[in-house]
Amino acid sequence: MPVTVRLPGTLRDAVAGQTRIEASGATLKDVIADIDRRHPGFRARVLDDRGAIRTYVNVYVGDADVRDNGGLDALVPDGSDVMVIPAMAGGR
Amino acid sequence: MPLRRIGAGLRGELWAKLESFNPGGSVKDRAALWMVLDAEQRLDLAGKTLLDATSGNTGVALALVGAVRGHRVELCMPDKLSPERKRIAVAFGAALTLTDPLEGSDGAILRARGIAHDQAYVYLDQYANPANPLAHERSTGPELWAQSGGRITHFVTGVGTSGTAMGTSRALHPLGVRIVAVQPDEALHGIEGWKHMPSAIRPPIWDEAAADEHRTVGTDAAIAMAKRLAREEGIFSGPSGGGAVAAAVEVAREHAGMVVALLADGGERYLSTPMWE
Repeated sequence: MPVTVRLPGTLRDAVAGQTRIEASGATLKDVIADIDRRHPGFRARVLDDRGAIRTYVNVYVGDADVRDNGGLDALVPDGSDVMVIPAMAGGR
Repeated sequence: MPLRRIGAGLRGELWAKLESFNPGGSVKDRAALWMVLDAEQRLDLAGKTLLDATSGNTGVALALVGAVRGHRVELCMPDKLSPERKRIAVAFGAALTLTDPLEGSDGAILRARGIAHDQAYVYLDQYANPANPLAHERSTGPELWAQSGGRITHFVTGVGTSGTAMGTSRALHPLGVRIVAVQPDEALHGIEGWKHMPSAIRPPIWDEAAADEHRTVGTDAAIAMAKRLAREEGIFSGPSGGGAVAAAVEVAREHAGMVVALLADGGERYLSTPMWE
């Protein structure tokens, strides 16, 4: 069963304008790799040159911030809702 | 404040204007105070709630001004932002309406516009309120001129609502100062308070012609410079301050004169983010 990844408007251009995308993978790293296979460049938008989640991107699996829950190795159970959001927002 | 180490070897002198010393801890105290005083003059605010969309610093500033002036304040801000500014705004008595984090600050703007139809609210709308740039025309601009002894030649500031750039341009452009407006280099960024204009709701007060130069800065470069400011100059800045100085370094590399960057807030407001890890 795939997981659902919901994306901010600022990332939709990386996935052909979609606001949510189905993906599969046991961990967050796998899920990102799966999306990147179909939409090359997605990984580089979310991860930095060292392969870590960019400082200004927050990722939630369900309600859990993955930074407190294993980072890229966070488990993504079947049917999970994954949310990728900007850590900050423009215009104070 | 001069940036002697970061500015070493550049053609121009490099200076920083530190807005974290304002009572609410950011540049947004200025716009908030001017917008509230303007609303008090124009409208009967009895029983009304002041409303705005904000991702943080304006919320803190409005909550502070509201507490002092005796107004209820409600703020629309994206959910799941770093908690510091939300908690400070609540400490000053503001009510929060959290909006879809996937829609960012634009989602907060759209929610505020929806709520504003209710007659119980006065929507201050920092993105369109002329009192926002007026605050900088009457305070920030004249301060920069006076504090620099009339030597400032370039003023470098990020663009979010654009109030700082617009107002200081009106004050300083007639005096021969060049305004440098800086934006994030891509839509998905972490420079709090700045807008990537091509992908965002355009602030009605923004006019590109107010700036003499337009530059972009990446989030990684902004954060790296914020860390240099802390370690080399003893200035604890947020990411936008780092971004402004990163752009100002380029300006001072190219031009002689006195280049002043505006540091909008302090690093304390980002302690819960990965920025300082």
